Amino acid sequence: MARLTINGTSRDVEVDPDTPLLWVIREQIGLTGTKYGCGVAACGACTVHIDGVATRSCVLPVSAVEPDQQITTIEGLSPDSSHPVQQAWLALDVPQCGYCQAGMIMAAASLLMQNPNPADEDINAEITNICRCGTYNRVRAAIKLAANGGEATQRG
Amino acid sequence: MNAIISISRRSFIIGVASTAGGLSLGFNVPFIEPALAEGAVSAPEINAWVVIRPDDTVVIRIARSEMGQGTLTGLAQLVAEELNCDWSKVTTEYPSPAENLARDRVWGNFSTGGSRGIRESHEYVRLGGATAREMLIAAAAAEWGVPASECIARMGMVTHAASDRATFYGQLAAAAARMTPPANVTLKDPKDWTIAGKPLPRLDTADKLNGSQVYGVDLKLPNMLNAAIRACPYFGGKVESFDAAAVAEMPGVRTVVQVDETAVAVVADTWWRAKTALDALPVVWDEGPNRQVSSASIAAMLEEGLGANDAFIGAEQGDAGAAVSAAGRPVTATYAFPYQNHATMEPMNATALYTPGRCEVWVPTQNGEASLAAAAEAAGLPVQQCEVHKIHLGGGFGRRGNFQDYVRQAVSIAKQVPGAPVKLIWSREEDMLHGAYHPTTRCRLTGALDADGNLTALHMRISGQSILAAVRPEGMQGGMDPIVFQGLVLAGTEGTLGYTVDNLLVDHAMRNPPIPPGFWRGVNLNQNAVYMECFMDELAHAAGVDPLAFRRKLMANNPKHLAVLEAVAERIGWDTPPAAGIHRGLAQIMGFGSYVAAAAEVSVTDGQLKIHRIIAATDPGHVVNPAQVERQVEGSFVYGLSACLYGECTVNGGRMEQENFDSYEVVRMADMPAVETITMPSGGFWGGVGEPTIAVAAPAVLNAIFAATGKRIRTLPLKNHDLA
Ligand code: FES
Ligand code: FES
Repeated sequence: MARLTINGTSRDVEVDPDTPLLWVIREQIGLTGTKYGCGVAACGACTVHIDGVATRSCVLPVSAVEPDQQITTIEGLSPDSSHPVQQAWLALDVPQCGYCQAGMIMAAASLLMQNPNPADEDINAEITNICRCGTYNRVRAAIKLAANGGEATQRG
Repeated sequence: MNAIISISRRSFIIGVASTAGGLSLGFNVPFIEPALAEGAVSAPEINAWVVIRPDDTVVIRIARSEMGQGTLTGLAQLVAEELNCDWSKVTTEYPSPAENLARDRVWGNFSTGGSRGIRESHEYVRLGGATAREMLIAAAAAEWGVPASECIARMGMVTHAASDRATFYGQLAAAAARMTPPANVTLKDPKDWTIAGKPLPRLDTADKLNGSQVYGVDLKLPNMLNAAIRACPYFGGKVESFDAAAVAEMPGVRTVVQVDETAVAVVADTWWRAKTALDALPVVWDEGPNRQVSSASIAAMLEEGLGANDAFIGAEQGDAGAAVSAAGRPVTATYAFPYQNHATMEPMNATALYTPGRCEVWVPTQNGEASLAAAAEAAGLPVQQCEVHKIHLGGGFGRRGNFQDYVRQAVSIAKQVPGAPVKLIWSREEDMLHGAYHPTTRCRLTGALDADGNLTALHMRISGQSILAAVRPEGMQGGMDPIVFQGLVLAGTEGTLGYTVDNLLVDHAMRNPPIPPGFWRGVNLNQNAVYMECFMDELAHAAGVDPLAFRRKLMANNPKHLAVLEAVAERIGWDTPPAAGIHRGLAQIMGFGSYVAAAAEVSVTDGQLKIHRIIAATDPGHVVNPAQVERQVEGSFVYGLSACLYGECTVNGGRMEQENFDSYEVVRMADMPAVETITMPSGGFWGGVGEPTIAVAAPAVLNAIFAATGKRIRTLPLKNHDLA
């Protein structure tokens, strides 16, 4: 049994303490926006925020999360896709298949919280998520757009 | 057959647009289907492509699979263009493969690969839109008692100016569905397009920003169980025994089953518990006949093929052998390209529900009809008793087309727990160990230059694996695999060689190691472009001629190939020196019906490669959505550069060595150059865009590395080379 605070709601889940947070989120809580890509912290598809910090949930046992720590998943980033990162992503039509994008968005949102105006090197160092469709250049552009308060309105 | 109910059920499950309450207008492929086909008896539908609801929403049916490449948006644009509807009211849905079969393949081919999604269906989907438009006009004209020729359809509305009347499509749909489809409709000239040809945003972006897009791995069905699987890691091996009792009592475990001869699976309440039990399950493998196979043994096998006498001829002109022998100083080089895994971000998965006499499968697939056939075969049921629901793909790249191994497995597991849907998800490790690998080949090129530095003869010997021989032997031509020669043949529309060489021989010694090959984005164009374009650079260097000027002389007969090459050269400023420390490389090829070229700028500092920018040019004939073409080019470069920089699956002891992204490294943000795309459609043909441009990224970069370092990299990936 574990008590978790996910997207602002406290939840008790019946689960083996070794279970990675990723699978608790996906299978017990039922929020499937957070994705499995590798299970070894190598791809970032499973990125969530724990107290605002981007964290790869596939290697984090649920028992390592305290009940009062705030876990935020892609579903809880904003109630209506209005987070500046989501808005920038929409404006630049970033996703291709989309599978990696929840992790990308969560990583980007966390980066911007720590560093509101990241340089290219900061983006390179912090956004190490894998996208096999190859959206990197648009991800970079969207992070900069979000950093600038969503100035460009042109989609595409 | 009740198409509406079937579509609605799927809509309910995966949340795509429902057709309930709508009407469908359409036509058959390639001819107009008679009005009021039998489907209309149980549902108010004529058939196929266009459904218009009373609220004016236009539901466009998409037969090809969306896997990130944007084909869903592009195909909808083509239908909407002819329909003259209001684009803001367009939504889409997939018809199911079983409906397609039951309706005499009214939606044509579902297969989504070979960059064919748009170029092979543009005509009939446009006809679908145009036919529907004419029926809407006819319905309005009939209602108003005016000649149809006086009515105009525009922005989802039919108007009759003379009587000042107008009505929306939603009001007309019911009557339009009863109209006889016109026998002939004329398609618009692309220069008059207002929806197609425009850089419209994708229709499927919003759900990908908030976690609501449902992929195969996300599926939830009532009473669903989860399965984790392990297949014998040794190619050609199988299960000898396993000790189910050892894990039967582990939490959540329902059963442990053998899956065909080759795999075992644990079925549990959650996937994590299934996986945990599977990891604990004692399995003994019959390792099969290939334990001695390694990357070294495969290399030796291919090396032998480089000089062998048995070879299929892909292109021949003059007498290359004699001309090369006569040359005093032939230039020769040997290249190699290793196995690659598709590594889609979403691992293979499928969900199956088996009940006696019926089997249903939910699967992210590039080929719904192949999934259906695989499901029926594995279920042992007639195809009419099976159904496949296509789910959005988390990447495809060729892995989810021909190869339906995961569907067969899911059905095999579901048969052993009848009545409960079972979701099978492969771990990343399973995905890496059981790929349909980009095949490995080697290539020896020999060229002869005359005293003036002109190329007088070229022999290109490819040795290595045939994809078709393994996966589609019916496509072989007298034992030859024509796809081996992508971009290198002398005739046809798919991909011809851009150079005219008086004495030319391109041939293939087929050597098939026991590793399952597959179509991997760009297929054989990838390595063929590396071989040909890097060697062209070598020849230019040997001749002491600028690489662009050297190519130009050979390309007079191929103006379209040359045009894209000139475009990238001009954009990168080939005629002006690069900034200090920056070096350039070029490449061009034709594939998937399109002409492509790239120019790269790199620097190499203390052995550290940095790719600064790549200019890419594509001439696909026509462009349906320029913004999507740009994304495809950028995206394909990531895929191609991953293979160039890092990608390599090595074989040891009859199995793959790489099991996850920690050992199968791919391009990430920090590696990514700026990419500038030039889209230059010249009209008159329809080429693909999802794949061709991928092929020029690696050779352009490799040629730039030579310019920077004087080192010729002839075996990929680059990570194995010291550039210092
Ligand atoms: S799934 Fe967690 S990093 Fe890949
Ligand atoms: S958008 Fe497909 S993996 Fe990133």
